[in-house]
Amino acid sequence: MDIFVQQLINGLVLGSIYALVALGYTMVYGILELINFAHGEVTMVGAMSALAVIGALLGAYPQAPALLVLPAGVLAAIMVCMALGYVIERVAYRPLRRAPRLAPLITAIGVSIVLQNAAMLIWGRSYISFPAILPHGSHPILGAVITDLQIVIVTLSVLIMLGLTLLVERTRLGRAMRATAQSREVAELMGVNVNTVISATFIIGSALAAIAGVMVSAYYGLGHYYMGFMLGLKAFSAAVLGGIGNLAGAMLGGLLLGVIEALGAGYIGDLTGGFLGSNYQDVFAFMVLILVLVFRPSGLLGERVAQRA
Amino acid sequence: MTTLLTVENVTKRFGGLSALEAVSLTVNAGEVYGLIGPNGAGKTTLFNCMTGLYTVSAGVIRLDGVPIHNRKPHQIVGRGFARTFQNIRLFANMTALENVMVGRHARTRTGVLGAVLHSRRCLAEERDSRQRAKSLMAFVGLKDRSRSLAGHLSYGDQRRLEIARALATEPRLLALDEPVAGMNPNERREMSELFRKLRDAGITLLLIEHDVKLVMGVCDRVAVLDYGKKIAEGVPDEVRRNPAVIEAYLGGAVS
Amino acid sequence: MRSVPDWLRRHPGLAFGLLAVLLAVLPFIVSIGLGRGWVRVLDFALLYAILALGLNIVVGYAGLLDLGYIAFYALGAYLFAWLSSPQFGLHLPFWLVLPSGALLAGGFGVLLGAPTLRLRGDYLAIVTLGFGEIVRIFMNNLDAPVNITNGPQGINLIDPISIGGFSLGARHTILGVHVFPPTFYYYLFLFFTLFTILVAMRLQDSRIGRAWAAIREDEVAAAAMGIDTRNIKLLAFAMGASFGGLAGGLFAAFQGFISPESFNLMESVMILCMIVLGGMGNIPGVILGAVLLTVLPEALRYLGAWQRAALGHVVVDPNDLRMLLFGLAMVAMMLYRPAGLLPSRQRRREFRAEDGAAEQEAASLYDAKA
Ligand SMILES: Nc1ncnc2c1ncn2[C@@H]1O[C@H](COP(=O)(O)OP(=O)(O)OP(=O)(O)O)[C@@H](O)[C@H]1O
Ligand SMILES: [Mg+2]
Repeated sequence: MDIFVQQLINGLVLGSIYALVALGYTMVYGILELINFAHGEVTMVGAMSALAVIGALLGAYPQAPALLVLPAGVLAAIMVCMALGYVIERVAYRPLRRAPRLAPLITAIGVSIVLQNAAMLIWGRSYISFPAILPHGSHPILGAVITDLQIVIVTLSVLIMLGLTLLVERTRLGRAMRATAQSREVAELMGVNVNTVISATFIIGSALAAIAGVMVSAYYGLGHYYMGFMLGLKAFSAAVLGGIGNLAGAMLGGLLLGVIEALGAGYIGDLTGGFLGSNYQDVFAFMVLILVLVFRPSGLLGERVAQRA
Repeated sequence: MTTLLTVENVTKRFGGLSALEAVSLTVNAGEVYGLIGPNGAGKTTLFNCMTGLYTVSAGVIRLDGVPIHNRKPHQIVGRGFARTFQNIRLFANMTALENVMVGRHARTRTGVLGAVLHSRRCLAEERDSRQRAKSLMAFVGLKDRSRSLAGHLSYGDQRRLEIARALATEPRLLALDEPVAGMNPNERREMSELFRKLRDAGITLLLIEHDVKLVMGVCDRVAVLDYGKKIAEGVPDEVRRNPAVIEAYLGGAVS
Repeated sequence: MRSVPDWLRRHPGLAFGLLAVLLAVLPFIVSIGLGRGWVRVLDFALLYAILALGLNIVVGYAGLLDLGYIAFYALGAYLFAWLSSPQFGLHLPFWLVLPSGALLAGGFGVLLGAPTLRLRGDYLAIVTLGFGEIVRIFMNNLDAPVNITNGPQGINLIDPISIGGFSLGARHTILGVHVFPPTFYYYLFLFFTLFTILVAMRLQDSRIGRAWAAIREDEVAAAAMGIDTRNIKLLAFAMGASFGGLAGGLFAAFQGFISPESFNLMESVMILCMIVLGGMGNIPGVILGAVLLTVLPEALRYLGAWQRAALGHVVVDPNDLRMLLFGLAMVAMMLYRPAGLLPSRQRRREFRAEDGAAEQEAASLYDAKA
């Protein structure tokens, strides 16, 4: 089997999930200049609620077809996360819009702790496995293997990203979002209801996070109350890599980070003469993050923002 | 007469916009040099380039013959060049006296060890800083405001405090960005008095101001910027009669 | 502080005397009143006070949000373990190891800070958080191919601190009374806490402290007033980190055992919580925060016992509830009492200022048109 091609495929799959989560960070940052620290946990809540609904449905109707159960789970996750995103913004961020910068960041950390621990109380400390209703075919490709699930994840991600791009470029809401990102004051003067736009941004970002959450738990076959933390960090790194505030950047950054991580994990043993193993996979995201921030703080596609320090 | 500051062909671009285009000027030691021009002419941008807040796109700026463009702000302050800001930038939640004492930073040395051990030098320095800060506050007319929060001072007092803070760095050259903006005629008179006192104390002044009467009254020489270009330079009377200047100002007044 | 009674204010010497006596006998009062286990809690409260005061230099004074602070604690702890335990067969004396830990942590603080400190605040938060995770991942995995950290199992049998042949890690009988290690460590930790307080106080009140405050208020103006913002920020970072390293060494010696487990992100967040809860930038506030957040979880353990007494079984494990409550408290504090329980003068003003947006504006380099 060709390791390079295989890791490339794995990286692209993981990367498209990162991209979905990164979009949430980047949209909020673009509009509020706020790092929505709790976004990773929203992803986790999405995964866990989908697992709960799917589990409950299969419990009640063991013969229910996967094509019905899966979408039901995803839909439930989306609804829950959209509500969650809305509430988080209203409760934890909106009252602090004029406060010093540190304040919303601290409430954001508080919210993620709350979500994590609430999830732990609700769903317990142990891993929840994804029911075996997923497609499990696989196809050889260029000396490597791609599974049906991987194909579904990538296709769905691409479709969603296309949809989001259309929404931002073509619709009234999208125009309002772009105007608000340019300048909140001016948008307000032009008659944009900024609060609505901000709420919508959180809601859309959370919906993406929900889908990404389900994808991750399906891909690894697991859900866990702690899964959002790393995922969130990596997606944030991806957003920064691409240029935070920039939608295309988040997509590119996500894909790149996924590939870097997969290839890194595949080759780190060879690179370090066996000193470091693939258990250092998680280090790559942070290395990338630090390197980008040091050498090109505006990211690959972003404008210079770091100078505004 | 010795040259203190020279600006040679300085250009500053923001994306496509040239905020400064090949601007050159020289400021002599001991004079009050005025910089005027319509809104958006590039005056503040030039200050920012001179004081290290912006990097220049091209050109050279020298203080005492030593290039200072593209140096860090604190290095430029260290060489004796201080400034104030058009949109007042005080440390609003610190007291007025603390603000001025911050200005002493570049002229004091106490490190962590000295501060923690209360070394003799540290205590002496601290006393000296406080003393100087107080007398500077008196100098600008804020004698009994030292314990007020900077953010609570009146607009005019905030401008004075910014000058005191800049003076605490012991500048030879002081750049003031619209120091009388928002002041009433009475205060303006006091301020021009202050400028004269500063010049008599041997400090070279670089003054951005829209108040043409004040500029003509206190400045030894004046340069006029318009759309990023220097369109005139000379003694006030000369400049006032310069057709290009009249055109720039009338054009500005119409729009 | 208006809560101090007037007669105490008139006689500060007397107040100090009383406080000193109280602090001196506290472990005995606590062990008699609440049980010996609580002396340990007291020790941890002091340890966290050192940590919180250290982080307060970074966050409270200089306004830099450091979410990876625990990594410096970890470095100090691991260095202590490496230099005085059977892991490498080294048993160096504590007076050599503790300062080395502080130095190492401070050095790493500079190493991490140098490239990142020019970033805006929230980026810095994420980078430091990433750094904290990297350190933890390395501690977790550096057991193969060369065993440096002993991986997830951690390092055991770390030497207790021993001063002139008197081991703090053993029971001694003094004047016929059995005195246990936590009591000895209490005095050691108290000494270091007082040391930290002194350093923090004097720094805050110095040229350097003013420079930190200035940077926090308006970095551009600070630079234009002659402050080398990069170096001064680095200094805050390094100072905070050294106290983290110091506390780490103390922790390792006290516990006799360390593992990566003790150094996860939540610990960083907890220390940040202490500062936020107590009052950022204010030394008494920070100490109050540290004590409260160390003691409260212990007190919460009784919740389990009460539940069993009232309902016959434990419905919610108080340990699980603990973090949830902390998270809620963090949000609530920011919303309703953002300056903390004992706010510093400056913070109070800052949050009361009608237009906090002014600060954001001040953060931009661009001279806005008047
Ligand atoms: N950081 C920046 N980014 C982009 N454009 C800038 C920046 N700073 C200044 N400019 C532009 O450069 C031009 C000159 O601005 P500047 O502030 O120097 O004018 P000024 O002469 O000080 O005007 P005023 O009298 O209104 O203060 C303006 O068009 C301004 O918009
Ligand atoms: Mg200007």
